[in-house]
Amino acid sequence: MSLARPDALDITTKQKVALAIGIIGLFILTLALFNTNFPNEGLFLTLSLGLIAVGIVIYSREAYLNKLEGIKNDGQWFKSISSRGVWGWIVGVILTTFYIVLYFYPQYLGLGVDGASNTGLISLFDPLSQLLSGRNASQWFVYGTLYTIAILAFGYKFILKYRHNRYQQVRTVSVMFFQLGFAFLIPEFMYVMNNDLPYYDLKSVWPLNYYIFDEWSVKGFLSNGNIGLALIIFGILSIFVISPILTYKFGKRWYCSWVCGCGGLAETAGDSFRHLSSKKMSAWKLERWLIHTVLVFSVVMTTAMVYTYLGYDSNDFWLTRDVFISLVIGFLTLVFIGVMFFKRQELGKDAKYGAIGFFITIALLLIMHFTGTTDQLFYIKSGALRSTYGIYIGSIFSGVIGTGFYPILGSRSWCRFGCPMAAILGFQQRLFSKFRITTNGGQCISCGNCSNSCEMGIDVRHYAQKGENIVRSSCVGCGICSAVCPRGVLKLENDSMKGRINPTEVLLGNDVDLMELVNQK
Amino acid sequence: MEHIVIIGNGISGVTLARHIRKLSDKKITIVSAETDYFFSRTALMYVYMGHMKFEHTQPYENWFWEKNRINLKKGYVKTVQTTSKTLHFAGGDTLQYDKLVIATGSKPNKFGWPGQDLEGVMGMYHKQDLDNLEKHAPNKEVCKRAVIVGGGLIGIELAEMLNSRSIPVTFLVRESSFWNGVLPEGESAMINRHIKNHHIDLRLSTNLKEIKSDDNGKVKSVIIEETGEEIPCNVVGLTAGVSPNIDFIKDSEIETGRGVKVNRYLETNIPDVYAIGDCAEQHEAIGNRRPIEAVWYTGRMMGEALAQTICGNRRPYNPGHWFNSAKFMDIEYQTYGWVFGAKGRPDYEQHFHWKHDDDTKCITVAYHKDTQEFLGINTFGIRMRHETFDTWLTEKRDVDYVMNHLSDANFDPEFYSKFEKEILSAYNNKLQTA
Repeated sequence: MSLARPDALDITTKQKVALAIGIIGLFILTLALFNTNFPNEGLFLTLSLGLIAVGIVIYSREAYLNKLEGIKNDGQWFKSISSRGVWGWIVGVILTTFYIVLYFYPQYLGLGVDGASNTGLISLFDPLSQLLSGRNASQWFVYGTLYTIAILAFGYKFILKYRHNRYQQVRTVSVMFFQLGFAFLIPEFMYVMNNDLPYYDLKSVWPLNYYIFDEWSVKGFLSNGNIGLALIIFGILSIFVISPILTYKFGKRWYCSWVCGCGGLAETAGDSFRHLSSKKMSAWKLERWLIHTVLVFSVVMTTAMVYTYLGYDSNDFWLTRDVFISLVIGFLTLVFIGVMFFKRQELGKDAKYGAIGFFITIALLLIMHFTGTTDQLFYIKSGALRSTYGIYIGSIFSGVIGTGFYPILGSRSWCRFGCPMAAILGFQQRLFSKFRITTNGGQCISCGNCSNSCEMGIDVRHYAQKGENIVRSSCVGCGICSAVCPRGVLKLENDSMKGRINPTEVLLGNDVDLMELVNQK
Repeated sequence: MEHIVIIGNGISGVTLARHIRKLSDKKITIVSAETDYFFSRTALMYVYMGHMKFEHTQPYENWFWEKNRINLKKGYVKTVQTTSKTLHFAGGDTLQYDKLVIATGSKPNKFGWPGQDLEGVMGMYHKQDLDNLEKHAPNKEVCKRAVIVGGGLIGIELAEMLNSRSIPVTFLVRESSFWNGVLPEGESAMINRHIKNHHIDLRLSTNLKEIKSDDNGKVKSVIIEETGEEIPCNVVGLTAGVSPNIDFIKDSEIETGRGVKVNRYLETNIPDVYAIGDCAEQHEAIGNRRPIEAVWYTGRMMGEALAQTICGNRRPYNPGHWFNSAKFMDIEYQTYGWVFGAKGRPDYEQHFHWKHDDDTKCITVAYHKDTQEFLGINTFGIRMRHETFDTWLTEKRDVDYVMNHLSDANFDPEFYSKFEKEILSAYNNKLQTA
C-alpha cells in the first residue's frame, strides 16, 4: 500500500497556507526556546499561540466543511503522519524529546533556578502567567497552556469532523470545557485566592494524581483551614463515592472521554492516530498485566507514603499506622470478597488473576508494615519509592511514552497500558455498570471499521460479529466504533444490568429453534 | 476421522468450519484460490479508501486457524470427482474428502459487452479486483475518469471508492432510478440525489453498448447505447450483479442451475456434497426470498445450519425474518421484514413513506392493506433495532402499533435528534387524508 499515494490526499492551497500560519506560530516558540529575546513578550506569545490556533482552525474548516457530512477517514492509512510513515516518526521523536526535556531538564526550556528569572521559552509565557495568577511561569504552566491550546484547537477540528454526530460533539465540548476550566484556569485562580494551597486540578482523581495524599500535599491542604480540608475531603470522595456512582450509571466514559485531560488530548490532538493501537490478542494480554501491575504499585506506593508520615501513638492523632494499614487491608478484602461472592461468574477465568493481584497487594502491605521503619520501606528509602513511581509511571509512562509515542502506538497507550485510574474504573465498568455497547442483532458484516478505529485496541468486531454486546473494562466509551460502523450495528447505552453480557453462538435472523438450541448451552 | 473439505474461505465456509469445530473433532480443510486467510469481502472498499489496511479486514488473527485445527489450503479446484471423492487442483495435486461443501460465492456478471475483457475493465468482488483497481486507478492522474456499469450495491460502493481519490465517475444505471428493482420510489429518488450531491455523473436509463480499446488493449472509452455518446475513461467497473462462481463443477455429477442446486438441508443431488452461501440455489424459493441469496447474512446462516447437519443433527436451512443493510455513500440503510419496490410488489402491500427535509433520512413502512399487519420497514439515515423488529414481525403487530412504538426501535447514538413524533404525525395526517 505504500506505493499508493493518491493525489486526492494532497492538501489544498488553503490548507498549505493554514499549515504555514501554524508553523510560523511554532517557529516563534522555537526562537524563544533558543533564547531569542523578544521585545514585547506578551505580544509575541499572543501572536504565536494565536497563529497556531488559527492555522489549525483554517486547516480543519477546509478539510471538512467543503464536503457532505459523514465519516472522514479517507486516506488515513496512506498519509505518512498517520500511518507510522516518516512524518509520523519525526513528530514522534520531536514530541518525545519535548517530554524528556520538560520532565527532566526544564532548565533547557529556560526555567529560572534558585530565584533567577526565567529565560527562553518559559519567559515568553511569563506575561500570561502574570495575568492569570500574578507569578512567573513555570515549565508546567508552559506545558498546561500548550496542552489547553491543543485540546481547544484540535477539539474544534474534531467537532467539524463529526459534525453529523451529536454524541461526539457534546463529548468534545465537555473535554474542552474541563481542560480550559478545571485543569487550566481554576487552579490559577485558586492560587490567586490562596497561594498556600497545593496545585489541585479538581477533576484529577487519585490514583491519577498520585501525589494528592503525599505529606506535603496533605499538610498543604490541612494548613489552609476549611477550604483545604474541603478539598482533601473532595479528593477522597472523588475516588470512593463520586466516581463509583457515575461509573455505575454511565460507565467509565464519564471520566475517560468526557472529563479527563489525558483522554481529552487523546480524543482531540490524538484523533489522527487512534487507529494505530494494536488489536492483537497479545497486546490485550500485555495490557492486562501492565495496567494492573501499575494499579498494585500505585495502591502500595500511596499507602506507603501516607504510612510514613503517620505516627504510632493514638493520643497524637486517631489515624495511626496500625489503624491506617488495617483500614486499607480491610477495604481491599471487603472489595475482594464482595466481588468473588457476587460476581464470580462474570469474572470467569479472570478471577484467578484478580486473586493473584489481591494477594500480592496484601502481602506487600503486610511486609511493609512489619519491616518498615520511619524512613525505610521494603529496605529502601520511602522517598525513593515515591520518586520511582513519579519518574517511571507519572513521567515516563504517562508523558514520554503516553503522548510522545502517539504517532507510533496510537493515542491512548497510557490510558490502555498504564493508567491506574482507568484500571479502577474499568474493573467497575466490567462488573458494576449499566454501560455497554449494544450489538444490533445479526447486522454485523465483520468489516473491521470498529476494531480499526478503537483507540483502546479492543477487537470490537470479535464481539459484534457474534451478536454479543461489548462489555470490556478498557472501553472508554468514545463512541467512534459506533460512528464508523457502516451498518448501524453498535450503540453505546446505559441500560439495566440484566442481559448486559449476552454470549451467543447463532445470531438473530436465523432459525428460531436453532438459535434456542445452540444458544441455551 | 471424517474429513470435511470446504471450498471457499468466505463468510459461509468459515462460519461452517467454526461451528463444526465447536461441535466436533472432525478434520476440517478450507480451500481457497483467492487469499491465504479469511477476510471480510464487504470491507475491501475501505482498503482502497485508506480507512483500513487489508490485514484489518481479516476477522481472525493468523494463529486462529492452527489453534482451532482448521487446515487452510491455497489452490484452485479444477474438477470434482464425486465417485472417488477427490478434488483435482489446477496445480495437479489432489485432495480426498469424506464430505464436501461448496461455498465458492459469486463472480461479477458480464453480459457479453464488446470489450468486456480489456485491460482496465473489472468487477469489484475479489481481492484480485482490488489489486487490479489499485493498479489501474491509483490516482486521478493515471485514471482520468472511471465508468461504472450497473446500479446496485457494489456499483455505488465502487463510486464511493473512486470518489475518495477524486477520480471523476460516470455511473451508468440501466433502471430509471437507482436500485428501484428493490427500493420503493421515494427512497430510490433520494439516493439518486445523494449520488449527484457527491458530484458523481449519474446517468439513469442508460445502457452500455461497448467498451473501446486503445492500441495496447487497454480501455479507452465506452459508448452509450441510447445516445451513441463516447465517454473517454481509463477504468470500467462492471457491477451489474453477481452470479454463482461454479464453473469448475459444471462437468461433474453435481446438479446445477444458475447455482448449485440444493434442498432445504443444503444437500446437493450427490450424497455427502453440500453447497452454502452465494453459490447455492434452492429448488424452491423460501418465502419471499430468492432461490439464490447473495447476501452476507444468509451465507452465515447457512453455515450455522449446515454445521448441525454435518455433525449429526440434521436440520433444514430455515431462516427467520428477512433483514439486510447497506450504506449508500453517507446514508445508512437497514431493512427488516419485506418492503418491495414497484417491481414484484404484492397487491396487498401498502406503504407509508416519510422523508426528512434534509433529504438524507427517510423510512418506508409496508403493511397489509386489509389486515393492517406490519410487513416490514426500510430505514435510511436512522438506525433501528433488529431485535425489536424481529419481535414485532413474530408477534404480527399491526402497523398502528409499530408507528406508535417506533421510538422503542430507535438505535441512533445518544443525543441524536429524534424523529418519531414527526413521523407519527405524518402517519396520522396521511390516514386522515386518505
